[in-house]
Amino acid sequence: MARREVEDLHLRGLTKQFGDTVAVDHLDLVIPAGSFFALLGASGCGKTTTLRMIAGLEDPTDGTIHIGSRDVTSLRAFERPVNTVFQSYALFPHLDIFENVAFGLRRRKIKDVTAAVETMLELVELAPLARRKPSQLSGGQQQRVALARALINEPDVLLLDEPLGALDLKLRRQMQIELKRIQHDVGTTFVHVTHDQEEAMTMADTVAVMNGGRIEQLGHPADIYETPKTVFVANFLGQANLILGTRAGESSHAVAVSANGVTFEIPRTRNAATGDSVIVGVRPEKITVIDDVPGAIVPDHVTRVRGRVTDVSYTGVSTQYLILASWGQELICFEQNIKVGDRCAVGDNVILYWAQEHTFGLDGSQGLHAGMSHGEVRLTELNLDLVREG
Amino acid sequence: MVAVVPTTGNVAPAPAPAASAQRRARTAYVLMGPGLLWLAVFFAIPFVTLFLTSLQVPVPGKPGQYMPGFALGNYPAALNEYWPQLVRSFVFSGIATLIALVLAYPLAYFIAFRGGRWKPLLLVLVIAPSFASFLLRTYAWKTILADEGPVTSTLNALHLLPEGRILNTSIAVIAGLTYNFLPFMLLPLFAAIDKIDPRLVEAAGDLYSAPITAFRKVTWPLSLPGVVAGTLLTFIPASGDYINAQLLGSPNDRMIGNVIQANFIQFRNYPTASALSFALMAIILLLVFGYIRRAGTEELV
Amino acid sequence: MRRRWGRAVIPIIGIVVLVYLFIPIAVVVAFSFNNPGSRYNLTWNQFSLQAWENICGVPGVCTSFVTSIEIGIVSTLIATILGTMIAFALVRYRFRGRGSTNLLIFLPMTTPEVVMGASLLALFLNLRFPLGVGTVAIAHIMFIISFVVVSVKARLQGMDPRLEEAARDLYADPRATFRYVTFPLVLPGIVGAALLGFSLSFDDFIISYFNAGTLVTFPIYIWGAAQRGIPVQVNALASLVFFVALAVVLIGQGVNYRKRKALQR
Repeated sequence: MARREVEDLHLRGLTKQFGDTVAVDHLDLVIPAGSFFALLGASGCGKTTTLRMIAGLEDPTDGTIHIGSRDVTSLRAFERPVNTVFQSYALFPHLDIFENVAFGLRRRKIKDVTAAVETMLELVELAPLARRKPSQLSGGQQQRVALARALINEPDVLLLDEPLGALDLKLRRQMQIELKRIQHDVGTTFVHVTHDQEEAMTMADTVAVMNGGRIEQLGHPADIYETPKTVFVANFLGQANLILGTRAGESSHAVAVSANGVTFEIPRTRNAATGDSVIVGVRPEKITVIDDVPGAIVPDHVTRVRGRVTDVSYTGVSTQYLILASWGQELICFEQNIKVGDRCAVGDNVILYWAQEHTFGLDGSQGLHAGMSHGEVRLTELNLDLVREG
Repeated sequence: MVAVVPTTGNVAPAPAPAASAQRRARTAYVLMGPGLLWLAVFFAIPFVTLFLTSLQVPVPGKPGQYMPGFALGNYPAALNEYWPQLVRSFVFSGIATLIALVLAYPLAYFIAFRGGRWKPLLLVLVIAPSFASFLLRTYAWKTILADEGPVTSTLNALHLLPEGRILNTSIAVIAGLTYNFLPFMLLPLFAAIDKIDPRLVEAAGDLYSAPITAFRKVTWPLSLPGVVAGTLLTFIPASGDYINAQLLGSPNDRMIGNVIQANFIQFRNYPTASALSFALMAIILLLVFGYIRRAGTEELV
Repeated sequence: MRRRWGRAVIPIIGIVVLVYLFIPIAVVVAFSFNNPGSRYNLTWNQFSLQAWENICGVPGVCTSFVTSIEIGIVSTLIATILGTMIAFALVRYRFRGRGSTNLLIFLPMTTPEVVMGASLLALFLNLRFPLGVGTVAIAHIMFIISFVVVSVKARLQGMDPRLEEAARDLYADPRATFRYVTFPLVLPGIVGAALLGFSLSFDDFIISYFNAGTLVTFPIYIWGAAQRGIPVQVNALASLVFFVALAVVLIGQGVNYRKRKALQR
């Protein structure tokens, strides 16, 4: 399939209100043409509503949607060059696979659909099943039919509403790779809505993290992971150690933050805090743990923290440590299992260190738990209680 | 900065903007119009004419003819003359409903819980008898319950029959009513029992309850909506029936339906007949409204 | 041991009741093969195929049978259309007055036939409207509508709303969505409602009797004959209807069953 010329998708001030509830709050977004774009967020953050508005299945309360320079806001769903792969696939049960895929073409009065349908079925590797009904197919196969049914219409934008949610792990991984490949081959803009941060980061060129109807941060997966700008993003994408502190000074390239008797240095480019209250953050996999014994060697130019190991979890690929820092906060550390010799054990006194350029700074007024699931928050509270008792 | 946001992923559909909502409501009225009009003209309005007819007075000098009037006295007169039949109707149909419940519940339970892949077939078998004319089926009971027939003879030998026969007694009428309206009891019962998650009964067993207790505490309460619906759908038509009384009963077993029919068709005493019909309907409406109070109107249809 | 005996009680009662439902049918069918010897076909005399061979032999039997079928077809057609439209309005649209609408549809199903027949008769008498085919058909349409609404509504509510969204997403305007997605999926419910409506109309006695005037439908014929003695042909015709209806339903079930079997392959 030849790569198509498509245009950017512009959402300006897009708002959706249900009664008193604002589901989508004045969204401003440019989705680059031909990119694989992910809208990532928890349930209820407004990502699905946004998708439905782009599809035309939901009318915005305010704002506009443009494809290139064309204003499509007032166009109804069946008039827009946008197609959707639904979460439940929504295949027509009374039609066979061939007719399901041909549906959009037929509605557009295209006479001879056979060639196009057969090509598309080849693309998703379902050609021999053309005459079966949807209920005779497995979940993975149905999902591919849904994809074929949408793609065959060569839309300017393809919307995917958590399409991989119902698949088992192995199949999901497989489909993630296939979707990326198809998107690259076809060149259509894909907008993928998901709550699975791993999925979003694996598949997308650009990820927008949504929370409460707004976009918290937007960028390349690596960028927003390595340099989160809000507590929500830090906690929602993977895990983070967040330490609340106060600005203590600055230099030309770094900001110093004092927290619990320790001074942290944050590179200026990685500091999102504007005021004096700063949250110091570091991702668990950036930290190295060594026993705090005489003769322990710690490199220069690292941030250093002392603590006591409270939990060790061996997961094969890595070891996860929970360490009670000197000021009573529990920190997480992932270490790849390449150490020669013994791992640290529970109860050991240890030194944590990490390169300063891995530290990031967040605005201190946000609270430390945004973006964590309720269960995660509970767990940290429980852990701390246990640890302080013991 | 951030307004309150719904906590679930599924947000309720918004009420559409005012103009479009009006347009949609108008389409609804257009769609429903003809059908509802038909029901209004041929179901609702007739009740008005029924009431008016019940108030008619005889034309002086022309026996058998009636003119519009306001004879509310028709009601006490009619009820005074026919109250035995009215009471008898409710008694007969009450007993029939009860027996129907006792018979239908095990069958409904059996099909719902033990039917498995035979469920559709069993349901067909339940409905199938209704494909044959119910008049003929009722008439067939005359053969089955005949005085010299096997059933009556056996019961007589066991000295179970007070009058020595079944036909032309109240027993036959009640038996006929029970038979005819059994499917009306069974289908709503089945629908309700079928909805019960069998794992709930299992859970009861897991929590140390004996099968009878599990039934009493779990199955029966959950099937109650079906019991109520089935009871209504059986009792109401049964109380108005007169076929069974006519074919299977003696002149002592006449029900209010017989009286109404006789007054309308044979005696042409329209006011009396209408008064009785209206009284019957009023009593039944009381029952139905009592039911609605508890269950609401959306579940009706 | 007691447990197993206890478990057997329910199936036993269930089957007994099921058999009980069929006993009169068996009698009706059996007696269609009877040569009664007297006017009354109440006791078994001797086996005979006479009624089946000469099924229209008694005057009035076949005329009334055909009348019932004709009325059934017309009433069912009109009632199904009216009822389906109501069902759509109830499920797919918002409007005021839902409660009263639901009530108006529900009441005919719970009103005794005597009352409905009587009140309609009162209406026709007062309007001096002639009683006959027209009044019977009007009455039938009236009480079938409610059943159609219930059946179609159930089917509509069971339909995944996402399917219509998918159709819109795939360039189907409202008319196309209805024609290619909604209607085909609701059709089984409509057909089921129509079959139910037809059987209600064909077998209706009380309401028809009140409003038929001199017209004779099949049930009215049977009623009239019940005093004089029901001809054996009546049993034959009724048995015919029974077996045809049973066959239709079983074939429908069989088709569904085979479809489901195919899906599992």
